[in-house]
Amino acid sequence: MHPLPPLKEELMTNSSKGFSRRGVLKTGLAGILATGVSPLIFTRGAWAQEFCNNPTGSTVTIGLNLPLTGAYAEEGADEQKAYELAFQHLNGEGDGGLLNVLKPSVLKGNGILGKKVTYVSSDSQTKSDVARAGATRMIERDGAIMITGGSSSGEAIAVQGLCQEMGIIFMAGLTHSNDTTGKDKRRYGFRHFFNAYQSGIALAPVLGEQYGKDRRAYHLTADYTWGWTQEESIKNATEALGWETVAAVRTPLGSTDYSQYLTPILNSGADVLILNHYGLDMVNSLPQAVQFGLRDRQANGKQFEIITPLISELMAKGAGEAVRGVFGTSNWHWNLQDEGSKAFTKSFGAAYGSPPSQAAHTAYVQALLYADAVERAGTFYPPEIIKALEGHEFDGMGNGPTLYRAEDHQCMKSVLVVQGNAAPPSQFDVLNVVQEVSRDVTTYDHTIFGGELGPAEPAPVCA
Amino acid sequence: MFEVIFLQFLNGLDKGAAYALIALGLTLVFGTLGVVNFAHGALFMLGAFCAVTVRMVLTMETVTIDPEQLSPWGAPLEIREPLMQAWLGDTGAVLVNYSVPLSLLITIPVMFVIGVALERGIIKHFYKRTHAEQILVTFGLAIVAQEVIKAFFGPNPMPQPMPDAARGAADIGAWLGMQANIITYPVWRLIYFLFAAVVIGGVFAFLQFTTFGMVVRAGMADRETVGLLGINIDRRFTFMFGLAAVVAGMAGVMYTPLLPPNYHIGMDFLVLSFVVVVVGGMGSLPGAVAAGFLLGILQSFASMTQVKAVFPGIDQIIIYLVAVVILLVRPRGLMGRRGVMES
Amino acid sequence: MSSSRNDLLLSVGFALVVLAMPIWLAPFGAGYPDLLQRFMIYGIFAVGFNILFGLTGYLSFGHAAFFGVGSYTAVWSFKLLSLDAFPALILAVIVSGLFALVIGYLSLRRSGIYFSILTLAFAQMSYNLAYSVLTPITNGETGLQLTLRDPRVLDAITGQTYVGQPVPTLLGQQLSGYAGFYFCAFFLIVAFVLAQRIAGSPFGMMLKAIKSNQTRMQFTGFNTRPYALSAFLISGMYAGLAGALLAVTDPLAGAERMQWTASGEVVLMTILGGVGTLVGPVIGAWLIKYFENILSALNDQILVRFYSFLPEGVSELAVKVTSKFVGDGWFLTLGLVFVLVVIFLPGGIMEGVRRLANLFRRPGAPTPRPTAHVQPAE
Repeated sequence: MHPLPPLKEELMTNSSKGFSRRGVLKTGLAGILATGVSPLIFTRGAWAQEFCNNPTGSTVTIGLNLPLTGAYAEEGADEQKAYELAFQHLNGEGDGGLLNVLKPSVLKGNGILGKKVTYVSSDSQTKSDVARAGATRMIERDGAIMITGGSSSGEAIAVQGLCQEMGIIFMAGLTHSNDTTGKDKRRYGFRHFFNAYQSGIALAPVLGEQYGKDRRAYHLTADYTWGWTQEESIKNATEALGWETVAAVRTPLGSTDYSQYLTPILNSGADVLILNHYGLDMVNSLPQAVQFGLRDRQANGKQFEIITPLISELMAKGAGEAVRGVFGTSNWHWNLQDEGSKAFTKSFGAAYGSPPSQAAHTAYVQALLYADAVERAGTFYPPEIIKALEGHEFDGMGNGPTLYRAEDHQCMKSVLVVQGNAAPPSQFDVLNVVQEVSRDVTTYDHTIFGGELGPAEPAPVCA
Repeated sequence: MFEVIFLQFLNGLDKGAAYALIALGLTLVFGTLGVVNFAHGALFMLGAFCAVTVRMVLTMETVTIDPEQLSPWGAPLEIREPLMQAWLGDTGAVLVNYSVPLSLLITIPVMFVIGVALERGIIKHFYKRTHAEQILVTFGLAIVAQEVIKAFFGPNPMPQPMPDAARGAADIGAWLGMQANIITYPVWRLIYFLFAAVVIGGVFAFLQFTTFGMVVRAGMADRETVGLLGINIDRRFTFMFGLAAVVAGMAGVMYTPLLPPNYHIGMDFLVLSFVVVVVGGMGSLPGAVAAGFLLGILQSFASMTQVKAVFPGIDQIIIYLVAVVILLVRPRGLMGRRGVMES
Repeated sequence: MSSSRNDLLLSVGFALVVLAMPIWLAPFGAGYPDLLQRFMIYGIFAVGFNILFGLTGYLSFGHAAFFGVGSYTAVWSFKLLSLDAFPALILAVIVSGLFALVIGYLSLRRSGIYFSILTLAFAQMSYNLAYSVLTPITNGETGLQLTLRDPRVLDAITGQTYVGQPVPTLLGQQLSGYAGFYFCAFFLIVAFVLAQRIAGSPFGMMLKAIKSNQTRMQFTGFNTRPYALSAFLISGMYAGLAGALLAVTDPLAGAERMQWTASGEVVLMTILGGVGTLVGPVIGAWLIKYFENILSALNDQILVRFYSFLPEGVSELAVKVTSKFVGDGWFLTLGLVFVLVVIFLPGGIMEGVRRLANLFRRPGAPTPRPTAHVQPAE
């Protein structure tokens, strides 16, 4: 009972009091009715399925979590095309693509376990939070049996953790951080793409050959987890060659103007710049470094060079002329001449009029590998699928004989060293494959990154 | 060590000029119309996309599909023929080469029309509304503008090459009689710096030395009295909004060779330009310019390894840290007037 | 007397609407736990934000920082102490309150846009540091997650063990799915009632007096700052609670939720729904989250099915046009709605509701021009 007039809720101004009271009463009544029913919802999932989203109808739904906006949007769009193509092939439409060359394979082109493959999708905006919310929606509302996609390690690790909670298999798209199958590995998450450590192993010998053993390197590194792991891996690999690291400078992720980080390089005594950037960061930093005249300089009596340890066709296209002659590594390239690569490039090119990127390739292969594992397991029950994928040996997908390593769910396969094409004949020929580094070389000891997969069973049952 | 500091200072001036140029238009609109324009970044972005459009037109190609031959990825081979070169020969190639500076000619009228239309169509109705509502409506407009651009041009950045003559770096050290190859700086960044200096100087001169400018300045100080004198101040203010849009648009055009524009580029600059304007003091043109240079130079030095070794992460927060300190020490920024935007 | 009865009716009605959401939202495609949880969480965030902005008129552009701090604190509590939700919530509210106290104390030395920029600057500093040098605490871009090896001291003492990926619990009961929704719904209802109480109290009147004329109050020798700071503190704690609840339902804390766009989002929610009203901010939050999750999920495949009843050419055109406004174009729809709302309904959706109400009550009678923007009734 205070003397001041209490705050009037806006609904309750004098002129509208009667209406609003009736409104409140009405909704109130509906609410009472509704809450009486709502406990029933709790029991819905309990008896309908013995594991999360067991497909009961004639179709099976896969959730695509793709960055369609944000720093990695271009990769996301290409992944989406690849998934659509993969589902067509799995359902027996189109030219069958890599279904014909995967060895061993039990895929029949009649969907997965006879169920037609359909998909739902979500724009992850290249943000971990959003990616996770999108994946949750696809699992809870749309009944997705598997989540795949993503184009950044942050997204991959965030979604992989969620999938472990929910008991859903996650087939990672483009993610290059050592952590995805290292410190943050999960039993329900699988990665076909290579990682920063393998980039280092593959790239260093070529660098030694091209630029000699006596070099002084300056790193610019995107200041977040992926950048750090790549910086560490490349630093170790180049220092083993005999190179010296002058400085390793962190730049904020998503910077647009790198000039203040480039000026100190000019007189630092370095003769190599290593850009641990990806996506838009590199599309911005590489041309700016070239504008600063770094590649026209002589330092320590040598030609100044720039290296981009991880590079994709899409980024090379974005960086334009700046990428010419620059070395880096890739997971795959459409110009490879093995049966699998040719088949995929042809099918993708015929469907979309452009060659596929490495992001599209890894997405497509992951979809097929999942389908194949389900067929071999004979069930959608995730722990059985995990068993089918762990330690699985296959070939024909464009990276030579490949092993899905059981200990960390990382694929062991060959890795490409690439170089910016000096005179690209078309906008798609921006990278040349310099060397295919074989699986024996890029295989490493999984224990160096620690982490713990966690158990497969009991399989969690989502709501 | 001298050359390191000199280079960093040069870089700070370069950055500062860019900040000052963006902040100038923002504070111009605020000072004259009293409107907080969150769409200013979008105007910058639209200017950049004028350059993109001009280049797209200049580099149009005829595509003939040869069904006999296949490209390496299995699609029918496309044979592309650049139209400009086919029509105009070498002149066409020169036009393409200079597409960025050329698009300034188109950008100026286009941005002026956009600015005037925006002011007459929407902003005009918000003079009497609260600043929060001005922020919201212009922010909404900014979102609409950037999403429309995304729908037409896609979400990815579109590189705009600079003219061949402006590529690479100039040896400033050698010009100043120092040892060669010690102090070099990209030519286009020097051009941008000069461009910003000319535009800023031009706007100041315009306000200072023309009758029109004098009336506008009088209107900024006391709109009602000027109106009572029988001067149509409204039309002049509309012109000022158009001018601010032109300044933002030109800045956007000239920035494209440094940063491939995408639909989001305006938002990236928006927060920064607001911080610059507020640190300078709302509504103060010299304040905005001074704050732009101050923040540019400090940011450049904060990015040095030696500084970061002492203060880890300082380069990520320096702009905001300076803003906080200045606002706490000087209540209205560097040169703000009393009672402006404080309620 | 009748107004306190109205308050009671409003809060009971609100509670019923909230609790029945799984049913009445199902036809709109939003009846699934994750989105419902978000409706609750961002509702709390917006209600809290309104206590500062709606009552005192101080426009903060940095509230996402408190939200983020709440999330990080909650996840650390799950990692170090216990998977139980209560210690996490309590700690999160305390820590975000401390943050709000410091930032609010400094920022409230200025007013108007200078205040806004100060809060923005503090939040952006938090975000940039969380993304980079503070990675040992925040796990940077990857986001802070629970792992099998976390110590969880309290759980270890009480002998609780978990199999599989650890998830937050309430007294041993898992808080995922609908359980999580009802848990959050409880807090939204409490938060709503509390906000109602605050607004109606003498303290609330004081806050509104700050908004209507701060200078006059200061001339009378009255120090308004402690009141404004209390409001800032309370709304910061609301934000922390919301952030912690987000971590409870989904145990991951990412830095993006501290970015200025996230701060801007809560401003948009509040203004879209109606500043200074109790229900408005909640409705604004629900609407934006609905747009974000449902519109953005509509892809061409779904649109083609939706328009399949139209003749061939027309349906293709319809799909083409609509696809610009949904999917990754949902932001365009949001922007257009904002512009239209601000131009035609300055008081937000609540003003629209009021105008409709007037229309129904006295057709033809002149509608009293509502006190649209933020002037409190005196």
